[in-house]
Amino acid sequence: MWERLRYRLRYVSGTDVALWIVAALLLVMITVGSYNSLTSGRYTGKQWFDFIISGLAQGSIYALIALGYTMVYGILFMINFAHGEVFMSGPFTAYFLAEVLEQRGLFETNPWLALGLVMLLSMAVSTVVAVSLERIAYRPLRGAPRLVPLITAIGASFFLQYTFRGLYTPGFKAYPEVQPLKGTWTLFGLEIQRMLIAVFVSSLLLLLLLYAFVQFTKVGRAIRAVAEDQQAAALMGVDVDRTISITFAVGGAAAGAAGVFYALMFRQVNFFMGFFPGLKAFTAAVLGGIGNLPGAMLGGLFLGVFESLGPSLFLEGLGVPAAYQLKDAIAFTMLVLFLIFRPTGILGERLAKRA
Amino acid sequence: MKTQLRLMFRAGLIGGLIALHLTLVGMVEALNKREIIEDIITLGQLLLMGVGLGTAVYALGKLPRERRTQREGWWVALGAVSVVALILGLLALAIKPLNLRFMFQNASPALVRILTFDTPGVLGLVKLWAFLLFSGALALVYLYIPQPWDRTLSYAVGITLLMGILRALVAPLLPDIISDFLFTPSGLTQIGAVILVVLWVLFLHYWPDFKARLETWQKEAQTPQGAPIRRRLNIAFLVAILVLLLLPAILRDKGSYLFEVLDMVGIYIIMGLGLNIVVGFAGLLDLGYVAFFAIGAYTMAVLTTPELPFVRQYIPPMNFWEALPIALLLSLVSGILLGVPVLKTRGDYLAIITLGFGEIIRLLVISDLLKPILGGAQGITGVARPTFGSFVVNESWEYFYIILVTIGIGIFISTRLRDSRLGRAWKAIREDEDVAVAMGIDHVSAKLTAFATGALLAGMAGALFSSRLYSIAPHSFNVLISINVLCLLIVGGMGSLPGVVVGALALVGLPELLREFAEFRLLVYGAALVIMMLYKPEGLWPEKARVSRVAREVFGDRLKTLKVE
Repeated sequence: MWERLRYRLRYVSGTDVALWIVAALLLVMITVGSYNSLTSGRYTGKQWFDFIISGLAQGSIYALIALGYTMVYGILFMINFAHGEVFMSGPFTAYFLAEVLEQRGLFETNPWLALGLVMLLSMAVSTVVAVSLERIAYRPLRGAPRLVPLITAIGASFFLQYTFRGLYTPGFKAYPEVQPLKGTWTLFGLEIQRMLIAVFVSSLLLLLLLYAFVQFTKVGRAIRAVAEDQQAAALMGVDVDRTISITFAVGGAAAGAAGVFYALMFRQVNFFMGFFPGLKAFTAAVLGGIGNLPGAMLGGLFLGVFESLGPSLFLEGLGVPAAYQLKDAIAFTMLVLFLIFRPTGILGERLAKRA
Repeated sequence: MKTQLRLMFRAGLIGGLIALHLTLVGMVEALNKREIIEDIITLGQLLLMGVGLGTAVYALGKLPRERRTQREGWWVALGAVSVVALILGLLALAIKPLNLRFMFQNASPALVRILTFDTPGVLGLVKLWAFLLFSGALALVYLYIPQPWDRTLSYAVGITLLMGILRALVAPLLPDIISDFLFTPSGLTQIGAVILVVLWVLFLHYWPDFKARLETWQKEAQTPQGAPIRRRLNIAFLVAILVLLLLPAILRDKGSYLFEVLDMVGIYIIMGLGLNIVVGFAGLLDLGYVAFFAIGAYTMAVLTTPELPFVRQYIPPMNFWEALPIALLLSLVSGILLGVPVLKTRGDYLAIITLGFGEIIRLLVISDLLKPILGGAQGITGVARPTFGSFVVNESWEYFYIILVTIGIGIFISTRLRDSRLGRAWKAIREDEDVAVAMGIDHVSAKLTAFATGALLAGMAGALFSSRLYSIAPHSFNVLISINVLCLLIVGGMGSLPGVVVGALALVGLPELLREFAEFRLLVYGAALVIMMLYKPEGLWPEKARVSRVAREVFGDRLKTLKVE
């Protein structure tokens, strides 16, 4: 026992100690803040419940985006930094369809059809953007040093952002409202906003669908095979290029769907809307263990709830004024902490050394 | 036949898509306001012309050399350009009936007028076609010009057009009489363009002779008898430097705008030098570099401003020189503090962590939490300016000297560190960290010094920046700054010091001088990053592989066959 402890302590450096002190301090701050908030009774149980529900809805959107990050990372070991822009391109383009349908009154007469059309277009556009991104920017760089594709992805990210800014508009566009999703439902005696439930449930369904696609179809098996070992997969007759394209397409479609949910929830689209959700979805992917599909989903939900509860739960408890301003900071702190302390994520994965 | 047709359509489609992108993004329309040569061509048209020329060059490049000047070459090149014309023509026709403007904000009647050269009906489309055919034909004409003249001529035309585009830079440097004759407020006069082309042709034609003579001089100067030549060369060198140093003072009345731009370029060069140490030398991709810039700027601002009552209770406002060392120290320490936690992570995770750090710092600055200290979203005004006795550095050309000195210090630090033991350790870590550690390099201290030096230079740039602008606001410290600096490093060449200067001039200076272009700056940066990574990852001015004296003595001529990075 002591032998082993002493042995392990020999490999603890000063930086490790410093890092653990920082982590412990943060934990203490979170606990004290949460305790203060919960005992002060500033929020009722109903309000906490609302925080959690909106966190879950937001988190399911992150999970959908995170799917694209995690699948691409699983195969190519690159961070597709431009994935946030893939997420933006769909709903920003589909806005114009939504606008036309709204003018024609389809959102009044047949809202589900209208929503379906908008969703389809958004997914299609995001898929096209994701696949052409891979084809033009990433494919020629396979096998290049690791930082090269990352820098390319950063470039592509800004290129796409400002392309859509130039094409459509630098301003915000407001999505039309969907009548059946307005108002609240009462579930088990609790009032819940319909929109949140709808977004949460449909994202969850989509996530399950995609998971089933990767787990149980032939193409899905090819994707997993390529992620496992590209050369061996190629020898077994898997078309690697095509499989990678499909991976990007699946990730793009998920991001496009997530984009419409996001646009419906926040009712506006903008060329910059992909940057922060993209970064947070990446956080979610890291939280769950990058390269791990169920992990990305869990990570997304966890991040959503944490971020939604965080400001009121422990920041206000610590006496931080206007804590909601630091919502994003919580997410990024989480990203940084996880990348430093546990780069393999909650569920862990085989990628420990590669990072 | 079939392959040629495919090539033609392929080139045409690529060119057409690029042309569509440029027009719908609004670049053509925005740049069309600049007449580069009076009444002849605008910058927007030049852009379209470039697309046509590029398409033809691409198509011709795919053909074997000897077949380019045959009928086949003509057909393929002009056919490809015609496809571009077809696509643009369809766009021009579709804009009105399909109401494309509903979706694409730039699909305006003005764009149609540009594309059809103000001519309604079929004639306009024919003009567009003819224009693109002409630009494609330029590529073919180039092939027919005899050897030395093809380059000379095309370079001369290119440089002349560049001078027209960069009128804001060139014109103030010339005496009024000449610049009034050569330049219009937006570009070149027709006579001016002709004169400049002729002058440049002459210059470029005689340049090789002149260069050869210079080289022989230099060789003679190396010999023992070359002392007088050496002395003369030294004097010429000194005079040139003196003139360059005095230039700002001479030109200050003419180009205050020019010096504002140069100051910005200089500040970016300082940041670029710092990031070059972190990314270029040590290979640590830092996307949160702006944080150190912000720390330097904010320390300077908080310590010197008369505002911020909360801070002033404790510390009276300092002057520039008192605050500067504190700002530098703080950015240095923060570089180490941010360096410690990320020591264990590598590569792309490091990039994301630093990006996260940068964003956290920005969010903290904006928040109400630190408002009493950092001024919140409104920022801080009343930052002190540097003083020398009773002389206050106020004008942008005066700042330029301070920035110049700082750049000099930065370059000195960079070169000395690069050639030191530490620099070689960085290089080893950059190439392969595991191997470097196995060879006994202390990667902890090496990485931390890289972060600290980089942060120091960024903090210096930040302090100068806030002092020069007199006020700062948190929105000028977003992630785009980090991206800009990274971009200038990559365009110039990672790890290369002249590359930093070239990159800053190209990416910061050019867009400032081309005001119409400012809106598309990040679009072009993004494209530049992708294109550089795809086609020229070593940058425009790559770091030369330097071989140590010992290695040269040991390996001698065999070095040429050794593959030294």
